[in-house]
Amino acid sequence: MARIKLEGLKKTYAGGVQAVKGIDLEVADGEFVVLVGPSGCGKSTLLRMVAGLETISEGRLEIGDSVVNDLEPAQRDIAMVFQNYALYPHMTVFDNLAYGLKNRGFKRSEIERRVQEAARMLEIEDFLPRKPRQLSGGQRQRVAMGRALVREPAAFLFDEPLSNLDAKLRVQMRVEIKQLQRRLKTTSLYVTHDQLEAMTLGDRLVVLNGGRIEQVGTPMEIYARPASIFVATFIGSPAMNLIPLDYLRERGNGLLGDLPKSTDIVGIRPDDLHMQAPSGPHLVVDSTLELFEAAGAESHLYVRLAGSDQPSVIRTAGQPPVAEGETLRFYVRREALHPFNRKSGKRTV
Amino acid sequence: MQTKRMTFPGRWLPYALLAPQVIVTLVFFIWPASQALYQSLLREDAFGLSSSFVGLANFSRLFDDAYYLNSLSVTAVFAIGTTLLSMSAALLLAATVNRLLRSRDAYTTLLVWPYAIAPAIAGVLWWFIFNPSIGIVPYVLDMLGYRWNHRTSGTDAMLLVIIAAAWKQIAYNFLFFLAGLQSIPQSLIEAAAIDGAGPVKRFWTIVFPLLTPTTFFLLVVNVVYAMFDTFGVIHATTQGGPAQATNILVYKVYADGFVGMNIGSSAAQSVILMAIVIALTVIQFRFIERRVNY
Repeated sequence: MARIKLEGLKKTYAGGVQAVKGIDLEVADGEFVVLVGPSGCGKSTLLRMVAGLETISEGRLEIGDSVVNDLEPAQRDIAMVFQNYALYPHMTVFDNLAYGLKNRGFKRSEIERRVQEAARMLEIEDFLPRKPRQLSGGQRQRVAMGRALVREPAAFLFDEPLSNLDAKLRVQMRVEIKQLQRRLKTTSLYVTHDQLEAMTLGDRLVVLNGGRIEQVGTPMEIYARPASIFVATFIGSPAMNLIPLDYLRERGNGLLGDLPKSTDIVGIRPDDLHMQAPSGPHLVVDSTLELFEAAGAESHLYVRLAGSDQPSVIRTAGQPPVAEGETLRFYVRREALHPFNRKSGKRTV
Repeated sequence: MQTKRMTFPGRWLPYALLAPQVIVTLVFFIWPASQALYQSLLREDAFGLSSSFVGLANFSRLFDDAYYLNSLSVTAVFAIGTTLLSMSAALLLAATVNRLLRSRDAYTTLLVWPYAIAPAIAGVLWWFIFNPSIGIVPYVLDMLGYRWNHRTSGTDAMLLVIIAAAWKQIAYNFLFFLAGLQSIPQSLIEAAAIDGAGPVKRFWTIVFPLLTPTTFFLLVVNVVYAMFDTFGVIHATTQGGPAQATNILVYKVYADGFVGMNIGSSAAQSVILMAIVIALTVIQFRFIERRVNY
């Protein structure tokens, strides 16, 4: 159990490329924090710096109450779950779990007890005598988790642990990871590029872009009040619609006068475009329905705004009221608008 | 897995296409091998004018011959020594080069060069380096108080031929070990590092076990090399001496047959050698099919 504190963490590679450009973050004891961002945003590098697999070019890293910048990975009291599981192929599942304990000089009886306990928790007791190649993807994933938790470390680090699983198993393991973390209350840092995984797992999300933090907050905070255009379009699926403010102003809606002067673009979530007029102040926009996509419980309507080339997506349930190619009128509540400045990329209010 | 089947029109095309390989095998392997088998059952008179059938007498005579039994044990020492030296040196080099990033290709290229050198040339090279009168190594050893002379000391001679034979093979082993090391995922090493294993422990508990298929393959290849391809090294350095100390089987086949002109005995020796190489090959295929470890 420990908190993790990152202060001005930077990573510069030998070629001068800066992958991580100064990260300040504090992960509380027992908290589950998810680092999320597109590929190349530095999230994996950051996690590997915490693990000690990458050197820290600048800044301070604390795990527990000590600075661990110069400690070897083994001395940092962390455990890591890798994307490809990184199980030792020549060892049985039991030996895979026991390896870290043996290296730390645990007694045989204590190793046996801990491995059995972890195996029971993850329901892999039957596989203990097997080699990793005899296991399915999901079982390997469990073994990888088991190897992390037998050590009872101060913190778990997860590097996209679910991305090699198929969609169904991924959802199942996601739930299990969450439950396990709730039960063990071990500080966890989890890296993913999947915004849905991030939203569902994290107590808090850290959205990274280009080696910098875009926003930190609970999943709902980030969803409800994205701090930048990047976060707005990255979190949520389908992505948030961005419509120029001028276009909306021209629609003759006097509602937008109170937005700050710097606002020039407005974001609207696909769920906030309604086909019935809501109560309270709202905008009315006409569009042409281009494509209708039924996805079971929900459907997506791809529209093009009237008098503009601007495409948008509406998320709704059931059939659209008009056929493809016809005009569709939709309504947006005033509170559902997210005002941004295009140049700075930041939210204006 | 589905394989594509090609059918050739006519009866003769497939035979014609196979012919070159079959002819080469017949002329350069099957024919000489069968000649050796036949010769091993004959005994030539002292003037080489006639030969008579003697059955297995050549073989039974060999196993009563102290020189031949000596040659067997010399060969064992030489093969084990050469294999151990060339493989351990190659593994050390490969593990070292594998840690490099940018200069890796340059070192790899340089380290592979010795493989292109003929065994006889390698022998001459080491003969020169270790020459008791003008060589650099005896000069240095002399300063350290050791009088190196492979012309009189059997141990020195054995060391010399082992070093000369192993040196050439290091390049080959190095390439295979490097490829083996590169196929081990980096994340395994990182996982072991997080699991508290230091570099040495990681090597022996993770890397080395994962290299076993490579190691086993190389073990067989190196033993076969040491036993059969090292004629040139011996011939260029010690000629089997001093006092039979480096007279390995393959050199004895040559010496008895072409110097001693005892064709029957020489043929019998080469048949025994052939049996050894067949046995080694069988073992190799057995193990490679089982993929050794995991």
